[in-house]
Amino acid sequence: MLQIKFVLLWSDLLFFVLIAAVVVGGVWAGRVEHLRLAWRQVGQSRVGMATATVLIAFVLVALLDSLHYRERLPGDQENYAVEVRSALDATLTGLRTRAEKTYSAPLATHLFAKESLDTDLGRSFPRLKHGGAHLGDDLAAHDSDIAAKAVKGLGLGLLGTLVFGLVSLPLRRAAPHLAWNAQLLTVLVLCLLAGAVAVLAGDYHVLGTDKVGQDVLYLTLKSVRTAILIGTLTTLIMLPAAVFLGLLAGYAGGWIDDVIQYLYTTLNSIPGVLLIAASVLMMQVVIDTHPEWFATTAERADARFLALCAILGITSWTGLCRLLRGEVLKLRELEYVQAARALGVSSARILWRHVLPNVMHIVMIAIVMDFSGLVLAEAVLSYVGIGVDPNTISFGTMINTARMELARDPMVWWSLVAAFAFMFVLVLAANLFADVMRDAFDPRVVKL
Amino acid sequence: MSLLSVRDLSVAIGAAEPVDGVSFEIGAGETFALLGESGCGKSLTALALMRLLPEAARIAAGSVQFAGQELCALTEAQMRSVRGGKIGMIFQEPGASLNPVMTIGAQIAEALKFHTGKAQGEKIVELLAAVGIPDPARRATEYPFQMSGGMKQRAMTAMALAGEPELLIADEPTTALDVTIQAQVLDLLDGLRRERRMAMLLISHDLGVVAQMADRIGVMYAGQLVEVAPRAAFYAAPGHPYTRRLFAALPDAASADKAAYPMRGIAYPLRGTPSRQRRLLTIPGSVPPLGTQHAGCRFVERCGEALPVCRSTPPPWREYTAGQQVRCHLETAHTLPAESADFAARAKVGAGETALLEASDLKVHFPIRRGVLQRVVGHVRAVDGVTIALRAGRTVALVGESGCGKTTVGKAILGLQPPTGGTVKLQGKLLQGLAPAAMQMVFQDPFGSLNPRLRVGEIIAEGLRALAVAGDPALRVAELLEQVGLSGDMVGRYPHEFSGGQRQRIAIARALAVRPLLLICDEPTSALDVSVQAQILNLLTDLQAQLGLAYLFITHNITVVDYLAQEVAVMYLGRIVEYGTVDEVLRNSRHPYTQALLAAAPQIEAGRDGNREYVRVAGDPPSPANPPAGCHFHPRCPWAESRCRAAYPAPAMLSATHVVRCFLAGS
Ligand SMILES: Nc1ncnc2c1ncn2[C@@H]1O[C@H](COP(=O)(O)OP(=O)(O)OP(=O)(O)O)[C@@H](O)[C@H]1O
Ligand code: SF4
Ligand code: SF4
Ligand SMILES: [Mg+2]
Repeated sequence: MLQIKFVLLWSDLLFFVLIAAVVVGGVWAGRVEHLRLAWRQVGQSRVGMATATVLIAFVLVALLDSLHYRERLPGDQENYAVEVRSALDATLTGLRTRAEKTYSAPLATHLFAKESLDTDLGRSFPRLKHGGAHLGDDLAAHDSDIAAKAVKGLGLGLLGTLVFGLVSLPLRRAAPHLAWNAQLLTVLVLCLLAGAVAVLAGDYHVLGTDKVGQDVLYLTLKSVRTAILIGTLTTLIMLPAAVFLGLLAGYAGGWIDDVIQYLYTTLNSIPGVLLIAASVLMMQVVIDTHPEWFATTAERADARFLALCAILGITSWTGLCRLLRGEVLKLRELEYVQAARALGVSSARILWRHVLPNVMHIVMIAIVMDFSGLVLAEAVLSYVGIGVDPNTISFGTMINTARMELARDPMVWWSLVAAFAFMFVLVLAANLFADVMRDAFDPRVVKL
Repeated sequence: MSLLSVRDLSVAIGAAEPVDGVSFEIGAGETFALLGESGCGKSLTALALMRLLPEAARIAAGSVQFAGQELCALTEAQMRSVRGGKIGMIFQEPGASLNPVMTIGAQIAEALKFHTGKAQGEKIVELLAAVGIPDPARRATEYPFQMSGGMKQRAMTAMALAGEPELLIADEPTTALDVTIQAQVLDLLDGLRRERRMAMLLISHDLGVVAQMADRIGVMYAGQLVEVAPRAAFYAAPGHPYTRRLFAALPDAASADKAAYPMRGIAYPLRGTPSRQRRLLTIPGSVPPLGTQHAGCRFVERCGEALPVCRSTPPPWREYTAGQQVRCHLETAHTLPAESADFAARAKVGAGETALLEASDLKVHFPIRRGVLQRVVGHVRAVDGVTIALRAGRTVALVGESGCGKTTVGKAILGLQPPTGGTVKLQGKLLQGLAPAAMQMVFQDPFGSLNPRLRVGEIIAEGLRALAVAGDPALRVAELLEQVGLSGDMVGRYPHEFSGGQRQRIAIARALAVRPLLLICDEPTSALDVSVQAQILNLLTDLQAQLGLAYLFITHNITVVDYLAQEVAVMYLGRIVEYGTVDEVLRNSRHPYTQALLAAAPQIEAGRDGNREYVRVAGDPPSPANPPAGCHFHPRCPWAESRCRAAYPAPAMLSATHVVRCFLAGS
């Protein structure tokens, strides 16, 4: 009998659909020449390859964190635990379970605050339950132990890179003109970091612990899924509406155009945060009054999360819609569209064959550009308390709790720094990648 | 000693040399024209002289001596004082070279301050007056968007003159302008040159413009000069095989035939008779792409006279006639082979007697909306009562200046633009909404008219699919490609892999796919080089002979009209002002506007007989949103009378086919 029961949250499903769509789209793009050329240009750019590698690493973490399951409880009856865990949780069981009492600094062996201990009279820093426990009383060996572990981790990282290099060799052979060296370098840096952190994390809290003693590294890794999903699902939700309405407004003109323009100018003129706050509060009420809809807290948090995506989507489609409308207005007058009309081609077919492919670059660029904006938006919204469910681990909730810690003396800086560093890397990679994409896909960028 | 002396100038972009060893001299007060088709390196040469090359390009070799100074050795700071000082430059796009958020006066003041130390209001007004801008004091306070294209080009010229240049470089200064405005700007430049004894480097692709302006001419081909000659010798007998072919490709009149101007006794401008029975000579192949390695002559692949030595050895410069240098191995003058058969078929086509298409009193008014409520405050009368009839196998040309409504007429006939009024009948049947596929359109811009995301095969098959034409579309597509002179295996390629002329062929094939009876050709050759234009014109003529197509040919190029059309309609501000057979309209024109158009068209005849005197029409075309009362042409008409301001003249039938809307036409 299976010891676990798989749980497919709605957000997981959408995320898988999205990944599948990206894969299918990638295969299709390989057949269409102009897309293939554009992607090749992305692949030839060193920045493009490096940032893509970083982004893929983030997505892998998010994917791992999207394989959810519930453990079977011991006993004859077929009962399952109420906690929904993910494959990432399983991988990081050590990190998750080795909680301390409260704050401890990165790689520390003692708690951050003094406590009065039973043994002696004064107050001193108690030892951590897990962090550095293997050292026993030999605290002098702390530094050398860390160094030794780090070196071991770096070695493992190097090994990992070598293995990756060998495994990906056929790929490099197949497409020798792409910037594989940049990719390999990025993989090397990632592997070295991951190796060192992984080995150290076995015995220490690499990024320290938070107020309730949870490992900060664990929290940051869990936040990645929230960030990635917010950035992609929101786009997925808004995209069809934005594209459809944008094309329609631009091509049909007349009163249809007026109505759509009226819609988005009105939406745009309401301050976004207000709209989001109002919607989130309303949705909160709905969710709270219907506890029977959700089997587990994870499902409830997931519903709230998806609702947030939807709300963000509804408030952010206007930009893309406006862009598309403008472009279609231009395309509509283009001579090949006129020629198609003269040939008696139907409007739907003209939109599909002549207009849509020629605005796709705008859509693609918008998706990647919006991504980083949305990741940041989640952080800001959660910070002011109208973002994701407080139980959902995200950069926003981490920063929200970290704000109190900054006021402590001495300062507890590591949760904030950890969340900030991860988010920074993610957003920077996405932005740089978006720039490379724009250069490759925008026909207006002159290529020499 | 010459003012500017260029020696072996080469410009490199990466490993390619788009300008390779160009040498020429310009004396004070002289106009030297660089002539060549697109991509031959004319503009890069000019930019290299100014040291204004784009990022990727650099001067690889050579020297530029200007007034005894070596420009290539100057520092950037020194160069800046030469630019816009001793050397002025004006560009093709007047709109793009002015700063839209500064007044014209302020922009000129900037140029003045920079070069003479202080800005003087008087000097600005003086400069604007010198370039013929009326009411210069007021114009100085206006912004570029408040000015017409011709006005902007004048303002640009005023800026170039601010530094009192000794050399003016004009890169296609009138290509973006209408013929009547082009004539005004060319006159202005020529007058300024004479007045100030300025030297001028004129860059152009237009043999007519060059004929009118230049003292000496240099012809460029694939980055090299291939012929340098004084104007008279050049136009009397071009020496290089390439140049000779360029001339032969023109649909221009071949022989001089000076008729008398029918009204008011001024020399009649459209000289010569067109050789309508002559097939235009085309130059096979295309210009070698940038970066090609040349062992011998660069023209060898396209040259009919090529000798074995041409492939291996670069040709030397040779004296063709006195002062006429030609870079060619041929020792003696040669005659061009007569280009294939005449259009025997052309006469054979049974021109249908009954009208295929009749458009009567067609009107298209675009509402002008203002304010928050988008209230209609007026109308742009783009087309205001146009009546036109086409017969099978015949060509009607629609000519007129930019914005007069030519394209809109075409679109209204096709139903692409719903007409505000009037009717369109095809074969006697009244049309409503989008026209049937029996009418198709070929557009001006060969780059905008094909969807860059579709393959050629898909583009051509589109109409077949839309109409659900029976038979194998693939076969038909291949057949169509052959018909327009392309090869059937090109179906898998994308439009960007084709040159402008080939794209235009594809567009024609797409239109032919649905077996139309009528093609509306909207300036199909105006974006093309002369040699390619000849190919397309030949193709259109062949197709007309084979398929009995009727053409509505929209253009502003009078010589093309003369060559191709049987009937001509001249449009001004949304109305047809003169309509008749080619001979009636072009050789016996009765409307002052038609006469002005004909006068303004630069003709290569000017290069032969040195006659540069023309009648000029003043002013800009008015806006169709707000046409002048009475005869629309009266503000610009040299013969306007009081009745012209009161009412629009009724059509006067001068013959069964010749209709003119002018009060003076009957007299
Ligand atoms: N969709 C439109 N809405 C408003 N005005 C228009 C529209 N299309 C054309 N016009 C105006 O109608 C007039 C005639 O335009 P049209 O394009 O027919 O001129 P044209 O003779 O073809 O000029 P060109 O030689 O530059 O192609 C112009 O003043 C133009 O600005
Ligand atoms: S050198 Fe030879 S190939 Fe070149 S133009 Fe003269 S004859 Fe033709
Ligand atoms: S009617 Fe009068 S203004 Fe109009 S073209 Fe004739 S003479 Fe000139
Ligand atoms: Mg037009």
